[in-house]
Amino acid sequence: MGSFRFIEHTADMGILARGETLAEAFAQAALGLFSSMIDLGQVRELRTHLVEAEAPNVESLLVAWLNELIFAFDVEGLALRRFDIKEMTSTNIKALCSGEGFDEARHRVGTAVKAVTYHGLEIKTNGGWQARVFLDI
Amino acid sequence: MTSKWDKVLRQVDDYRWEVPQDYKDGMRVPGLIYADDLLISSIINDQALEQVANVAFLPGIVYASMAMPDIHWGYGFPVGGVAATKVDGGVISPGGVGFDINCGIRMLRTDLTEAEVRPRLDDLMDALFRNIPTGMGSRGKIRINPQQEMDQVLTRGAAWAVEQGLGDPEDLPVTEESGCITDAKPSAVSSRARQRGAPQIGTLGSGNHFLEVQVVDEIYEPQVAQSFGITAPGQITIMIHCGSRGLGHQVCSDYIKVVESAGQRYGIELPDRQLAAAPIESPEGQEYLAAMRCAANFAWANRQCIAHWTRESFQQVFQRDPKDLGMRQVYDVAHNIAKIETHQVEGKATRLCVHRKGATRAFPAHSPDLPEKYREVGQPVLIPGDMGRYSFLAVGSEGAMEGSFGSSCHGAGRLQSRGAAKRALKGRDIQGELREQGIVVKAHGGWASVAEEAPSAYKDVSQVVEVCHGANLVKKVARVRPMGVIKG
Repeated sequence: MGSFRFIEHTADMGILARGETLAEAFAQAALGLFSSMIDLGQVRELRTHLVEAEAPNVESLLVAWLNELIFAFDVEGLALRRFDIKEMTSTNIKALCSGEGFDEARHRVGTAVKAVTYHGLEIKTNGGWQARVFLDI
Repeated sequence: MTSKWDKVLRQVDDYRWEVPQDYKDGMRVPGLIYADDLLISSIINDQALEQVANVAFLPGIVYASMAMPDIHWGYGFPVGGVAATKVDGGVISPGGVGFDINCGIRMLRTDLTEAEVRPRLDDLMDALFRNIPTGMGSRGKIRINPQQEMDQVLTRGAAWAVEQGLGDPEDLPVTEESGCITDAKPSAVSSRARQRGAPQIGTLGSGNHFLEVQVVDEIYEPQVAQSFGITAPGQITIMIHCGSRGLGHQVCSDYIKVVESAGQRYGIELPDRQLAAAPIESPEGQEYLAAMRCAANFAWANRQCIAHWTRESFQQVFQRDPKDLGMRQVYDVAHNIAKIETHQVEGKATRLCVHRKGATRAFPAHSPDLPEKYREVGQPVLIPGDMGRYSFLAVGSEGAMEGSFGSSCHGAGRLQSRGAAKRALKGRDIQGELREQGIVVKAHGGWASVAEEAPSAYKDVSQVVEVCHGANLVKKVARVRPMGVIKG
């Protein structure tokens, strides 16, 4: 089972995501991203959305993946809570994400994430996988 | 608390500290931090000084990697950082501008007084909260098409909004760059950035963005204040803090990638990926500049729309024309931007790319870039504080040109992380406490969004302003305190 926790940063916020596989760590990072924006307990799985990203290396892939998800929220208005990673290499990810349309009246909100930074970006493996990323909020 | 910085930092004078160039191999200039004894003692416990040292690695950087007294830990650049690089041979770094390109402050003045507004404050804050889209995921009230209309926004900035009937043409000259920076090239802005920006024009956003109704409580320079339209304590003013929304965020994300791979080709090595930089005169550097200028124009259009709805809200509540209420713009200034400016470097006029990341331009009197109206007094410098204490109106001083390439602080600067702020305030009714102080706060994000931005999470802005004043970067003109705040 993967997990995530938030890391303190003076102005912004980080996510430390863990998983038995790289894909699981990426899914947990995505869950961390949406959890920081919306109370996911109130989000239903009514829609699925295919998200794909690619990048020259695994660290950049994490940034690209999370940026795709911010785009899905900003442009498609999607609050996502489940991330089924269908294909994954160190430079490519394809995931079926589930959630519903963001509804200000029903969803309790946190703070919007503006972007994903390269600051302190780290992906480590030691048996399992651990990904650290900081967000600009 | 002791810190390794106690041994590294060298005090230059009452308001300046140096990180010597030999602190780290690869620094091209020293670090220079504007702070007094009290502020430096909190700065050394943050990781911001390491970032000041890292910025000193940028090829072409001149004089120093600077930090304003509101400096705090950012990513790549510290927030509150100023770095000037030579156009000829130097680099530009999108991280030195930040994701929220042209995040900035617009200030309006009115003829209304606290006595007139206090009894109607709840109605006024309700009207503002209703009329100005605020908060995460909020959509603008105006719809623009992401192509042709967006091109107009990206090239014409605030003037676009004024032509749509959103604002007063008199606002334009009292906006930095007249609200429209030239050499913006819309083809440099990706379709993804346009898609993110199109529904968000005319929205305040979330996080630390806000609109505040304020009252003047102290005037330090009556003559300068008069030129800015500030006449007496008790007068009502408004500050709007927001930026280029998803459009700017996407431009920055897009170009960090472009510039990082270009930087590798040009052999630029930097200690933090978020500092990624490319030569200013390279095609990649030029494309970023052209796109950044588009995002800056988007932000000026955004604040223009919000100022218009602010005026409409006052009109609805007071049933008087905004012109009759004397609702004129004092100024609008960017605090996340890179500008090509000419400054004296070692006695020679030199073209520089001045990165201001959480820093405000602060040009003194007689600067050619100032509007006619302020040519004799200097540029208004708008420095918001937290929502419980006060904010400042200052004016650029001569010392800023020598000391900081015409830059000053941009706010109070955070003291606590969002998590720490919430833990410290657990169980407290912050909105209720502020109401007892006479401050009405309206927020979409509930308790957490107010707690994260609570006064206790910030440094005391008066200490920050005092340093900029003491170091002769600005002169304090007036202090205002909040009466009502809307935020995300």
